[in-house]
Amino acid sequence: MTTLTQGDRLTLECPRITRTALALYAGASGDHNPVHIDLDACRAVGIDDVFAHGMLSMAYLGRLLTDAVPQERIASYEVRFTSITPVNSTPTCTGTVTRVEDGLAHLDLIVSLPDGTVTLRGSAVLTTD
Amino acid sequence: MPIDPAVIGTRTPAFSTVAERGRLRFFADATGQHDPVYSDVAAAEAAGHRDLPIPPTFLFCLEMDDPDRGSFLTGLGIDVRTILHGGQRFDFHAQAYAGDTLTFTTEVKDVYAKKGGALEFIVRATHVTRGDTPIATLTSTIVVRDPKAGQ
Repeated sequence: MTTLTQGDRLTLECPRITRTALALYAGASGDHNPVHIDLDACRAVGIDDVFAHGMLSMAYLGRLLTDAVPQERIASYEVRFTSITPVNSTPTCTGTVTRVEDGLAHLDLIVSLPDGTVTLRGSAVLTTD
Repeated sequence: MPIDPAVIGTRTPAFSTVAERGRLRFFADATGQHDPVYSDVAAAEAAGHRDLPIPPTFLFCLEMDDPDRGSFLTGLGIDVRTILHGGQRFDFHAQAYAGDTLTFTTEVKDVYAKKGGALEFIVRATHVTRGDTPIATLTSTIVVRDPKAGQ
């Protein structure tokens, strides 16, 4: 898809975020914070289990955008991290085109879990050509 | 301990790094990015790129290459176990590619508190350049929780 119209809805079903996925993301991203990969380190500070990097979900949202338009058309892209993403969850990324004007498409972005928890909330501005 | 607002406007020393093709392929695999433009140089060139494009959020990962990245928070007396990543923004100015030497300079933009000081926020902007060409501005919001507040 290269043309975006107000009301368009983009979705990306993420794979289940396994412990392996977190280990791979830690290595590829350079974010080796033990809360994402080391159960022993989590329990030592009272956290029950590892949880996903917020930036992994932001990368999935980035993929939602680059699946829709060539990357050079992303002018800006931002999120707030609103809730943690537990290991073994299956997030869904959703983008909604809220308006298109002056050659720019504005999108609202959400990452949510099957129980309705919103883990990331954000927006993006894409050029329309 | 309240963060001194005098930190606003301070800059960390610039550092430079290069995104290697192999690391970009690893990142594409780890994030489920199957578009060959992000892993296959021939596919990237066929799409009009001169090498593998650096994907939108990977600039944040390159920022982590800063050999001095831990010193900002420890210098403020902040225990890294009390921080959360509150928000992240990217403003893109030009596309960067595998093999580009990118330079990162970080500036403190704002410091503020909420909930009577139980939560403090630090907003930092990182300017990424390739030579004289602006590539992107990364804006990170870090949340510092005061473990003694709200108990």
